[in-house]
Amino acid sequence: MNQPVDNQTSRDVAKKARDGRNIALGLGLVAFVIMVFVVTLVRLGANVAHPHP
Amino acid sequence: MFTPMSKTLAMTPETVQPDTTRPDLTQAARWQDYFQLMKPRVMSLVVFTGLTGLLAARAPIHPVLGAIAVLCIAVGAGASGALNMWYDADIDQQMRRTRGRPVPAGKVKGEEAASLGVVLSILSVMFLGFAINWFAAALLAFTIVFYAVVYTMWLKRWTAQNIVIGGLAGALPPAIGWAAATGSAPLNAWLMVAIIFFWTPPHFWALSLYVTTDYAKAGVPMLPVVKGAKETRKQILIYSLILIPICLAPVLTGLGGPIYLAVAGLGGAVFLILAWRVFASKAGDAADPRVADRALYDVTEDEKAAGAKAARNLFAFSILYLFAMFAALLGEAVSGVHALELLK
Repeated sequence: MNQPVDNQTSRDVAKKARDGRNIALGLGLVAFVIMVFVVTLVRLGANVAHPHP
Repeated sequence: MFTPMSKTLAMTPETVQPDTTRPDLTQAARWQDYFQLMKPRVMSLVVFTGLTGLLAARAPIHPVLGAIAVLCIAVGAGASGALNMWYDADIDQQMRRTRGRPVPAGKVKGEEAASLGVVLSILSVMFLGFAINWFAAALLAFTIVFYAVVYTMWLKRWTAQNIVIGGLAGALPPAIGWAAATGSAPLNAWLMVAIIFFWTPPHFWALSLYVTTDYAKAGVPMLPVVKGAKETRKQILIYSLILIPICLAPVLTGLGGPIYLAVAGLGGAVFLILAWRVFASKAGDAADPRVADRALYDVTEDEKAAGAKAARNLFAFSILYLFAMFAALLGEAVSGVHALELLK
């Protein structure tokens, strides 16, 4: 009797979990890109300040 | 007679997964479940010891690069944790302490844990190499392979010395931190490694003395399971006697200062007292799976409780002792306290 409601609930839970996973993955990728950018700036800056002979 | 577990005979992670009697939970896996695969509590210890190594080197490093180095060490440790959870799902499912982990609980598929571990391993090592230096990256790669392959896939199921040799993986982060700061790993870096390396056996064996039945049930050849509780208590005392001089050595080599000396010395004395109490107790005897005739041991309830308490006390204090020593090194490095350098 309650099966359709239960199925709907489990679908909602699964969707909420999937959305959370996608957001976490997206934030992780953005953070990675920012880190690569910042590291590049820092290392370039260090090489400009102290150029190799 | 104890029979070491063979992975070929044991359930594989794949056979752990498809349990048709329970609903498929993987669709509802939250990002936190994937984060749990990375063993965040172990990661926090790795971050702490790696950061201590990085700062104890007392070499100038850009704060951003220092933070990136620590992050890479943490992610590398998390990656090896995910690989461990994938491979050990069969063992984890049989132990109370670990059966709630994402893979044996059915929240995350084994192959997903393996994929996460491989991807994060490659990312952390490559990023550390490109951003910091390749020596540190090589040490991190060695650590991941040693933990995931040598310890998890081989030593853990094969020998009672599993946590002694495998402990090297958990001991290396300070050397990686030091290498990230300086590009090298001198004696003082390896002294920090040695402290964690020799701290690991008494720490884990104290734990295993009161969870012996779980390890025996899962077929993991921990020392109390294979050699018995009495031998384990003796080994705890021997390793503690080796550990304390090593903990004091940084004072002689210029790594530790007066604060470190006080912490390592006083804490070491307490550690030895607690190790002696475990040695003198009957901790683990009541649950010793090698003893067929229980009457031979004749462990009273009071002795059983006292033994378990002694083992728990040593286990708890060992965590505090390691934390306090590394906190002292970290504090001295940050505050600029000069080392005693007694050998100079």
